[in-house]
Amino acid sequence: MEPVLKVEDLTKVFSRSGQQDFTAVDHISFELMPGECLGIIGESGSGKTTVVNMVTRLLDATQGRIVLDGEDITHSKGAQLRKAYQKMQMVFQTPTDSFDPRCTLGDGIGESLRNHGMSAGETQKRVEQLLQMCGLPTEFASRYPHQVSGGQCQRAAIARALAIQPKLLICDEATSSLDVTVQKEVLALLSELRGQQGTGLSILFICHDIALVQEFCDRVLVLYHGDIVEQGIPDDVIQNPQNEYTKRLINSIL
Amino acid sequence: MKEPTVRVQKIRRDSVKTRLIVFGILAVLLLVVSVFSEYLTPCDPYLQDLTIAKAPPSAEHLLGTDRYGRDMLSRVIVGSRTSIFSTLLLVAVITVLGTAIGVFCGWHGKWVDTVLMRLSDMFLAFPGLVFALAVAGVLGGGLHNAIIALAAISWPKYARIARSQTLAQKETAYIKAAKLAGSGAGKIICKHILPNIIGPILVTSMLDIGTMMMELAGLSFLGLGAKPPIAEWGSMMSDTRSLMNTAPWITFAPGVAIFISVMIFNLLGDTIRDYADPRNRGR
Ligand SMILES: Nc1ncnc2c1ncn2[C@@H]1O[C@H](COP(=O)(O)OP(=O)(O)OP(=O)(O)O)[C@@H](O)[C@H]1O
Ligand SMILES: [Mg+2]
Repeated sequence: MEPVLKVEDLTKVFSRSGQQDFTAVDHISFELMPGECLGIIGESGSGKTTVVNMVTRLLDATQGRIVLDGEDITHSKGAQLRKAYQKMQMVFQTPTDSFDPRCTLGDGIGESLRNHGMSAGETQKRVEQLLQMCGLPTEFASRYPHQVSGGQCQRAAIARALAIQPKLLICDEATSSLDVTVQKEVLALLSELRGQQGTGLSILFICHDIALVQEFCDRVLVLYHGDIVEQGIPDDVIQNPQNEYTKRLINSIL
Repeated sequence: MKEPTVRVQKIRRDSVKTRLIVFGILAVLLLVVSVFSEYLTPCDPYLQDLTIAKAPPSAEHLLGTDRYGRDMLSRVIVGSRTSIFSTLLLVAVITVLGTAIGVFCGWHGKWVDTVLMRLSDMFLAFPGLVFALAVAGVLGGGLHNAIIALAAISWPKYARIARSQTLAQKETAYIKAAKLAGSGAGKIICKHILPNIIGPILVTSMLDIGTMMMELAGLSFLGLGAKPPIAEWGSMMSDTRSLMNTAPWITFAPGVAIFISVMIFNLLGDTIRDYADPRNRGR
């Protein structure tokens, strides 16, 4: 089977004027298979967000290759990139900030649909359907982001990410800003969606909570100072960590 | 517990709305008067009659007459054309131009940004009056050239505001989300960036109306703007300063007109800022 996402030798060097260059991501490679859920864990500042931002092309990679569904998107621009975004969507860390304060949630969720040529009426129907799928009442379509709670907003963000039925869903600490019970709900929603879509939906799940990863992911990468120091099945990694850093990470939680 | 907060918010919002309507209507009224000023004058504003020169306010001439016996009320009304209309034109031009340049710079970045921003630094460094004199020297005096001169030195302020706001917007998660939704640069700028940055820019331009009115008047006083006998509030005031002691109404009439117009536009600016604040958006 072809991987949905293949990352080869990906590197990001931030050059800051007056300071030394800083390597945030250091030659990492990984693959994500259809239907798989891959977790990336690591402490704050280990480069997780930098990796996702490069994968979603919000940030240019210094070196390396990103192949999405067989297509090299490392240097894609304009229309080509927009086509790539039909296959790849992201749920952001801060739900409320990821919706334009001047647009309704419905506008936000329907934006990708409108951009890909769906009519206004059809979009509205589909948005309502998506909201229901994510466990929100349909009247939320006309609410503004500041009128809903963080958890509700994150559900809407998931609805938005799933609107154009991507093959790859990236969650960059999508549950970190939510409280524990809401976190559980959102995770349950993601699991349910995975179940529904089968191999149609792969997830790249960024997290710094190892327990969540164990619960939710098929495979996990441990990132430390921009480098993958360990990878494998979450249970194996947790019970039998090989790397010094991973041991410390696990010990600090248990 | 929730209810009182909701009510307070609602009341505040309603009052903002009322203010917006009131000041909006007043501003529109001023505009209408300035556009149709020629048809609204009770007397001919340019008709001289030395027999009634410097006459104090009376039933016939509500605001009295000036030193040539011209009806002050008519002159103030006609003057609104030049004063308000050219000021608004000027502010509109610099707002649109400055914002467009600023957003473009902020969005595009790279060398275009550097070049345009250095250019704006250059214009900012020029003393306004000196530049206006230079423009007048090259293009000749007159209202049009005064507007061009003021526009040339005023757009950088708007470009800077728009640029810094655009840069801040570019980093927000919702702009990234819009990119991921497949929106192109044009759509992102029009739908997400402009609505989010237009508030402070509009407030600036509303508050600038007063300043620009004064600056245009100042240029007129120096003979670089409106030329006599054209009625223009600023020059009407400057021309009659010497009559302050003997016939104060001649100076006061245009002065009060400037005061009222500046006040209305300033209040409208404040109200628009309050209204544009998303936290004031009710449910
Ligand atoms: N634009 C930038 N310029 C310079 N350095 C940066 C930039 N963005 C990130 N970094 C640095 O890169 C490193 C990795 O940052 P990143 O945001 O990827 O961490 P993270 O793993 O997502 O952390 P967190 O869990 O806190 O979100 C950090 O040390 C950060 O300071
Ligand atoms: Mg991060």
